[in-house]
Amino acid sequence: MSHRPFHWYRYASPQAFYPLAGRMIPWFWALAAIFGVAGLSVGFLIAPGDAQQGEGYRIIFLHVPASWMSMFLYLVMAFWAGLGLAFRFRLSSMMASALAPTGAMFAFLSLWTGALWGKPMWGAWWVWDARLTSELILLFLYLGFIALQAAIDDPRRADQAGAILALVGVVNIPIIYFSVKWWNTLHQGSSLNLARSSMATTMLYGMLLCALACWMYAIAISLMRARRIMLEREKDTLWVRKELGF
Amino acid sequence: MYWNNLSDFLAMGSHGPYVWGCFVVMAAAMILEPALLRRSRKRLLERLRRQYRAEALDGKAARESSGECP
Amino acid sequence: MILAVIARDLRLALRRRADLAAVLFFFVIVVSLFPLGVGPEPERLREIAPGVLWVAALLATLLSLPRLFADDFRDGTLEQLALAPLPLGLTVFAKVLAHWLVCGVPLAVLSPLLGLQFGLSGEALVVLSGALFIGTPALSGIGAIGAALTLGVRGGGVLVSLLILPLYTPVLIFGAGAVDAAVNGIGVEAHLSLLAALTLAGVFFAPWPAAAALRIALE
Repeated sequence: MSHRPFHWYRYASPQAFYPLAGRMIPWFWALAAIFGVAGLSVGFLIAPGDAQQGEGYRIIFLHVPASWMSMFLYLVMAFWAGLGLAFRFRLSSMMASALAPTGAMFAFLSLWTGALWGKPMWGAWWVWDARLTSELILLFLYLGFIALQAAIDDPRRADQAGAILALVGVVNIPIIYFSVKWWNTLHQGSSLNLARSSMATTMLYGMLLCALACWMYAIAISLMRARRIMLEREKDTLWVRKELGF
Repeated sequence: MYWNNLSDFLAMGSHGPYVWGCFVVMAAAMILEPALLRRSRKRLLERLRRQYRAEALDGKAARESSGECP
Repeated sequence: MILAVIARDLRLALRRRADLAAVLFFFVIVVSLFPLGVGPEPERLREIAPGVLWVAALLATLLSLPRLFADDFRDGTLEQLALAPLPLGLTVFAKVLAHWLVCGVPLAVLSPLLGLQFGLSGEALVVLSGALFIGTPALSGIGAIGAALTLGVRGGGVLVSLLILPLYTPVLIFGAGAVDAAVNGIGVEAHLSLLAALTLAGVFFAPWPAAAALRIALE
């Protein structure tokens, strides 16, 4: 595989990106902490209670960012995987593999917080509404990606197979969401609706700040995981040995 | 500040267990994930260092036994 | 050339009639387990029939997927097909059609008999069979992607299920929804046309990612 570093793609090689990522990670942790404190303060300390849902609505400050991140990370993962497949950028594929566990975690958290929100509001731990059901399928898509890559021993084949799966998944997600929505309106009507139609600005700010915090967190931890993947995969190269002091 | 006292804050208008159940699990996940990752990285580094040391010793032994000039 | 691939796959499948029979038996057994599990009340059985029959069809199709490429992979035919003048995507398309003829069509033909066990009316049985006819090509097409991705990989069968079942959900929703609508006397056209759209997309678009996955497996 060619190692010719192009002028612009200097950081496209793991060797160059590893130290760069290392320097960036602390900054993203700091940003995550700042946004997190700000968002949680707004959401839990400053924002008023809701007329219909009382204090329990505050779960949206956790549930909505988790949902957004789970969906956003899947798109980003598919993007990097696709780049890695099309141009054989090893680093892109490593980035995709690094994103998957975090995406799965956010999908799980979205389901957990969704369930704990549903119980006091609608009396059931699980409601088969369109968004939660689609979120569940998204979690399965993440787990499938992770399982497929874990089952294939050859890293290059794992990268490419995972990329195809991720791209097929991305194309399918709108289809799945639409069909689940259809199914939901057929069977239950739209009485169960976790989305909020109107929102006080304070609440909106709180949600956005928490979402930013999750985003910074996701970048920080994905970079950390990507660095670990780089060390593992490139362990026979000179730069990794030098990195470890040999 | 919206709350009048700490007990109101913790009770969350009778929804306390649900709200704090979410908060605790989410916080735990976002602490555990980096912690587990750090531990996995440490173990990987130890494994690689051991491997490099072993290879260095093998190389040294091979050179000494064949009487090569280093 | 496409016809040659289809003909060959059909001949091979007919030689292994036991495999085909096993898939159909699985379908029958799974469907028969449900009344044992939920009780024999006719009302309840009629309600759950569409879902049960469709899920059983999904699972039976999943069982038959590994054979789609594995045998050809093992004896080197797949490599030759990849090198043939016919684009690999079209070869996969042909294999998907053959797979549907051997797996999907028998399931669709058998389903009305099982539907009777659940007390479905004549009209519902027709819709059931028709929906399965329309929907099973999509199952074969999407399944081909899963089979190609996991070719020669550890834990192949279960892994394929994990990968493909989420992608099957739209087919399940519209397919079972059509039968459900027939049971409740509502119109089935919307469900069936959406199902047909999914099948067209599945059969004409799915072979290409599957072919890409096959090339990766063959490297």
